[in-house]
Formats: sequence, structure tokens, C-alpha cells
Amino acid sequence: MAGQALSLPRILLSGDAALTVEFSSKIDPEANRRVLALDRAIAEHGLNGVRETVPTYRSLLVHYDPVVTDYDNIRQRLLELAERPAPEIPPGRRWRIPVVYGGEYGIDLEDVARAHDMTPDDVVRRHTEGDYCVVMLGFMPGWAYLTGLDPLLATPRRQNPRTFTPAGTISIGGVQAGVQCLAAPSGWHLLGRTPARTYDIQRQPIFMLEPADMVNFYAIPENEFADMNRAAEAGELVAEQVK
Amino acid sequence: MAKLVIGTVSPATSVQDAGRFGAQRYGLTQSGAMDAFALACANTLVGNSLFTAAIEVGPLGGTFTARGGALRLALSGSMRQASIGARQLTLNESALLADGESLTLTPARTGSFTYLALEGGVQGEPVFGSLSVNMRSGLGSPYPRPLQSGDEINIAEAQPLAHERKLELPAETERPIRVVMGPQDDEFGEATELFLKSDWTLSAASDRMGFRLEGPVIKHNGGHNIVSDGTVSGSIQIPGNGQPLVLMPDRGTTGGYPKIATVIGPDLRRIAQTQVGKKLRFKAMTITEAHVEARRYAKFLASLPGLLREARGSAFNLDALQSANIAGAAVSAMDSVTWQPSPADETSTP
Repeated sequence: MAGQALSLPRILLSGDAALTVEFSSKIDPEANRRVLALDRAIAEHGLNGVRETVPTYRSLLVHYDPVVTDYDNIRQRLLELAERPAPEIPPGRRWRIPVVYGGEYGIDLEDVARAHDMTPDDVVRRHTEGDYCVVMLGFMPGWAYLTGLDPLLATPRRQNPRTFTPAGTISIGGVQAGVQCLAAPSGWHLLGRTPARTYDIQRQPIFMLEPADMVNFYAIPENEFADMNRAAEAGELVAEQVK
Repeated sequence: MAKLVIGTVSPATSVQDAGRFGAQRYGLTQSGAMDAFALACANTLVGNSLFTAAIEVGPLGGTFTARGGALRLALSGSMRQASIGARQLTLNESALLADGESLTLTPARTGSFTYLALEGGVQGEPVFGSLSVNMRSGLGSPYPRPLQSGDEINIAEAQPLAHERKLELPAETERPIRVVMGPQDDEFGEATELFLKSDWTLSAASDRMGFRLEGPVIKHNGGHNIVSDGTVSGSIQIPGNGQPLVLMPDRGTTGGYPKIATVIGPDLRRIAQTQVGKKLRFKAMTITEAHVEARRYAKFLASLPGLLREARGSAFNLDALQSANIAGAAVSAMDSVTWQPSPADETSTP
């Protein structure tokens, strides 16, 4: 309700140069909205001594310089900003990301289908019909964590994470979906690969996705992957920005 | 222009500076020197600004040759023998490497990382303001990977110093690594006491992403998974096996295990320079105390140029070091040239 103060987040100590502003301990869309709102408020108002912020599902990590500010001061200012009713966050951009599903591109597609008593095509259909939101980028450059996975596809992460999964992997883990840019270890299930790069230091923009961006996936045939991959290598986004 | 050519080199030797800041929100790894204090000392000696990019030499040493001219260098950090031909060099003292001469570093005797700073600094193309190597992200300059035999480091132009200099640093005493409890210490209840009163042994499964500790099992009150949140260098995660993992500069920006405590900034270098197999302890301090330490540390860093003394161009006999035990210096899991899984992976892996 307008004008009504919001419940206060918990302020947790992350050493002598960072605080975690925790809105929830769970994956919670309302908490994520408040994380992004606080992040935006800090960017707009500026906060003395803040070096950088890292928004995640449910909390905002605030790196600060303990020489410039002190704990009481920064804590107070963060609580003031968090207490204000969150400004409307304009809807993020919307991206369409091409994916080759299954086969060597998505080695877990069939297992995931079996686990849910579906055909691989059903899994692809449900995955491409999903309307996803980027809730955070983390772990490695350009690794996007998405909410919006069809609950019928929710699959617990693997008991033993793989030590290597390829660049461009499109995967699911628990109730989340992911887009990864670089080769990385992962305990998620690999459904496919995209030629699009969410991170490329040679390109502007270096990072394709921002928190709050919306994402849809669409299937492409295997024989289109190589061409698109070359285009991506040459610096094209490949993924389409719809708005 | 003078350059430095890498001969043999320890694994885990790479160009590092203060690291990358401002893009952790996109998952961009921070990286930067494991022992930023030693980096600052080495740079100060050769007249560079504190966090100019230098060579972070891993535990096993190496050889480095000047080509195309003489260059001035300084070493700081882990203790090891350093020589140019028959000349013995001293840590924390600048020296001139003549064209064609080679600097030889033995394995570290105490600590793991030595910083080789070059007058003028390493020349490269910064990304997000840094030359620091992070191989997994494909970042780092002049090479986006640890250094290999045959690599050439170009050196930026600088007004040469008039004479060699040394830094007189106060002696350090052994004491526990200081931490601020949290952010998720409430997940552990009484186990926090066990964490603070136990001796921990640094495991060989340690690298620039994380240092793994061995000791008693720290039990979680609830599950050992939390919804991933942000990490800092010094975050102490407790994964499912109850053995702490201290996150280091190449850590993932987010992680899904509860963090019992965080090493304070001024003590990060002390854990970074702990050798495999060595024991350490933690001591909790309040945030107010931690901030006093952080300010004292910042002041000390700023005062480094004032601690410089003229050196005579140095020939200190370090024969005593030759008999020293170097076995503890090997950090076996140090990632070198090829992509390798890291022991730290499990705590941040999606």
C-alpha cells in the first residue's frame, strides 16, 4: 500500500567490508523485487563508501570501504532505503535465445524426459513455452539464474555435479533454469546449448543479460548452430532482443 | 624496451594486481593478488603505485631473464632464496637485472606467493581496470592464463630510481586469523564454538578459488544448502562435509553454502600465505574492532613509502636458507595451464 513502510530486512555481516541485506531466506519473487529496488535506490541516491553491489534471489550484497564509512552509518542508511516503498521497476528487456536441444548438445534431455514420464519433445515444448525472468547473475561471468521454469520440469540437481559442462549450456536445476556462457562445473541437467554469448569482453555490451530481463527460448535445428556460433564469435548477439 | 622472459616457472604463477571491481553483479570474478600487502610492498620498492600489476610467483619458484635492456625489480611476500648469478638478493629490497641476466627463485620456504614487481609495471590491456589473470573467465593480460616458459612480459616506461631501496617492515608475530562471525553463523549454533576453538590444517586441495581446511566436522543446524547469495574474499563456507572452505580472490561471486564467518581484510594475506599442511586458528572480533583493524591496515599501506630506506645494492648472504625445509611449500592443487576442476567448485557450482 502506498506510503506504508515495508518490513525491515535482516542486515548480516559479511566481514569488515561488506554487508548482506537479506529480504528472505527463500526463493521469493517479492524478496527479489525488493532486492532489485534497493539495488536501484543505492545506484540512484548514491551511498557514501559503497564500492559495488551484488543482487541475488533474496539478498543484496553491499561491498563498502570501511575507511570511508562505518557499520552503524551504512546499516542505518541501507535500512532507510529498504524501508521505503519500492519504486515500480520498469519491466526488463525481453530476449529470445536460440537453443539446439538434445543429442550431444543436451546430453540430459532424455533422462529428464524419462524422469518426468514425458517424451523429449514434451520437455522441449515446456521449456520453450516458459516465460523466464533473470533473477541473478552469479558464480561465473554471464551465468544467468532464471525463474519461470514449468513446475512439471522441476528436477533435483545431480547427486554428483559434473566438473565440466560446455560453454553455452542451457540447463535446469531444481525449480530454476540457467544460461551459462563459459565452460564450468555444474550439477544441473543439460537440455541444450545456445550459440549466444551472455558474456564477451570483445563486444559491446560485454554482458547481454541484466537482472529483471525476461527470456524465452526457441529451438533451432542442429545445422544452424555452426553459422550462428560463427556470428556470435564475430561479436553478434545472436539472441534477439524483442523489446 | 626491456622485457622479462619467463624461463622455468612454478605452477600458479600469474600476473595480478588489485583485481576487478564493479562487475561482480554480472558474475565477473574479482581475482587479484592473493597477498595484496606483499604486492604493495614490492611495487613501493620500485617506485610504482601500490597495486600495479606484478608477477605473483607460485610456491615452486622459477627463472626470469631480462632482454632488450636492464630492468629494476623487487621481491616481497613468501620467503625464498633469490639470486642473479652469484649475487644473492634480499626480499623487500630493489635490484637491477642487467640485459641478459637471469633471476632465479627457489621454492618458497615460508608462505606460498612471492611478488615480483617491475619498475614501470607489467604492460598489458586492462579489462575492468585490471590485468589480473582469471583463466576460467578468459581474462588477464598480457596472457589470459598462468605464465609459461617462453612468455614475454613487456614493461611500461618509468623514470628510473636513482638508487636501490629497501623496506624495513615490522616483524610479524604468529597469531590467529581474525574473523567477523556471519553472515550465516546462526545456521550453526554451538558448532561456532567448535569452529573457533579448533586447530585447522590447510589441505592440499587448495587453489586461488578457495583454501580448504581439515579438522573437526562443523555440523549445520538445518540443511547445508542455502539459496545462493553473494560471497566476498574471506567468506568461510561450510559445505555438506563440515570442512571449511575459505573463499579466495578467484572465487565464484555467489555460493550456495552457509558462511559461518568472514576473514577480515587485513588477515586475508595471512591465510593466503599459509602453507599446505600447516595449522591455523581463528579468532572472532566484533565489527567495530574489525573496522579499527581495517583503518590501521589502510594507514599502514599508505605509510609504506615512508618506510623506504636507501639500500647499497645488496649482497646479503642467504646460505642459511639453503638448508631450510621447503617441502611444505608445494600447493599441489594449484591450477596451472589447462582447465581443471577446482576443489572450491562444489560450494559455488550451480
